Amino acid sequence: MLERSWPAEGATRVPYWVYQDEAIYREEQARIFRGDTWNYLCLEAELPEPKSFVTTFVGDMPIVVTRDASGALHAWENRCAHRGALVCMQPRGTAERFSCIYHNWTYDHEGNLTNVAFRRGIAGKGGMPADAKPESQAPKKLRVSSINGLVFGTLSPKVPALETYIGTEVLARMKRVLKKPLKLLGAYTQVLPNNWKLYMDNVKDTYHASLLHLFFTRFRINRLTQGGGIFVSPDGAHHCTYTEMIEDKGDAYEKDGMRSAGTEKFSLEDPEVLDQVDEFGDRVSIQILSLFPGFVLHQIRNSLAARQVVPKGIDRTELHWTLFGFADDDEAMTRRRLLQANLVGPAGYISMEDGAATGFVQRGVAGSPERASVIEMGGSTIGSGDSRITETAVRGLWQTWRRYMQV
Amino acid sequence: MDVALQLAVEQLHARYAHALDADRLEEWPEFFTEKGRYRIATAENEARGLPLPVLYAEGRAMLLDRIASLRHANIYEPQRYRHMASSFLLERVNDRVVQSTSNFLVVRIMQDGATMLFASGRYLDRIALPEMKYEERVVVCDSRRFDTLLAIPL
Repeated sequence: MLERSWPAEGATRVPYWVYQDEAIYREEQARIFRGDTWNYLCLEAELPEPKSFVTTFVGDMPIVVTRDASGALHAWENRCAHRGALVCMQPRGTAERFSCIYHNWTYDHEGNLTNVAFRRGIAGKGGMPADAKPESQAPKKLRVSSINGLVFGTLSPKVPALETYIGTEVLARMKRVLKKPLKLLGAYTQVLPNNWKLYMDNVKDTYHASLLHLFFTRFRINRLTQGGGIFVSPDGAHHCTYTEMIEDKGDAYEKDGMRSAGTEKFSLEDPEVLDQVDEFGDRVSIQILSLFPGFVLHQIRNSLAARQVVPKGIDRTELHWTLFGFADDDEAMTRRRLLQANLVGPAGYISMEDGAATGFVQRGVAGSPERASVIEMGGSTIGSGDSRITETAVRGLWQTWRRYMQV
Repeated sequence: MDVALQLAVEQLHARYAHALDADRLEEWPEFFTEKGRYRIATAENEARGLPLPVLYAEGRAMLLDRIASLRHANIYEPQRYRHMASSFLLERVNDRVVQSTSNFLVVRIMQDGATMLFASGRYLDRIALPEMKYEERVVVCDSRRFDTLLAIPL
């Protein structure tokens, strides 16, 4: 169906048409987001009580996530069986039932159509025939599964269980962060001027972090000379990278004349914004974890967040950030997390550049759909290792993407 | 109505906006008291009682760090803001503090000329008297959505 061929070099090249083609975008929605993948939906902490709900997305598809009266979680397509209008307009809240505003068709927390207004007409006049089957167009239901407070859903009947999908190595790194009940701190959206995959390959690109994000390097928060490593799931789909807390004393960046090293000694007037408590007891200062297709979990010092990647067209992506702490955080820890919120998000000392860099790629490749990225740091293999001067996880993303897209 | 106070507050707000719009970012920390707080929040988080800031600085040292990082560390495409601040409501708290509430629009102009309404919202200020500096400036953005990045303070 897709008349595209991949460059002969294989894993070390990514052709630029992948970021530009409307047909590719539509196929991704069907084969990836609505296909055999698990997609992040929300935090359980956003559904604190029975009968609460939030709205979210799986790719383009609007979704309602609910907690029913018994406490069980459900997710279903936010589309009325009748004419396709959104059933749930509010971003969150509690509800006894869900009524479409257009013609008042009503749904329960599981997404079942429970009432069609005037289905039998009034006084024997009007209404639907007895054999009408409006339920045949009911909203699609998702399988729902959560891991330590994060809720995921899939439209696929055949994708394996969530924990199997993630795999043991990356799952263990995920549970390392999600070790206690979560407390919501807040949320916002960063709108990125680029294709969703440019953000995902940025997240998986451990090579860029200390070169693009000068704040990291100038303040010696993360240099590639620090201890750390990378895990890539056996199928290439998911990854996790980490950096140890030890302060770098080396001068590899200065010797190589790297722009990010700078020429003057640079220090913060008030370094409290960086004060980290080793809350996981393993001296890891940064852990970035991604799940295919569009989920990122970060621990940057004591800043913890879920990032949901929501595609909005070939050259526009929304990044939904949800920052959290733990339910038992004391006042000092909450204050620390709020100060460290300065590191991330649209105004983040170390996150603000990602949108700029990936937007530059979207613009830079505009005239060259037939050309390709060179992704050869660390060779052509895909796997775990102890060097972050590698693009192994980026190759893993593309291997996975090609498998789903059959390109 | 204390007309002198009203004019002094208007001057403070105007000087603040002009300093940012004219890329005199180094002056920005000087609009705050030594322990002055600056916080960008969203109306949604505020309404939900959630404390997450988009940007938060407590004390002039952190404000200086923000500008130093913008000048020497952060990479972003050249851009300018144009602030439009509304008239404001004043409420005298005591001899030392006055509160001001105003609306704002910030237009962002990129180097290629692309111009967009980047942010709208309210300034909720506590202004220290008699020095006429912000003891606290909370910028409550109407939208939870930020285009690409928020480098320059609002």
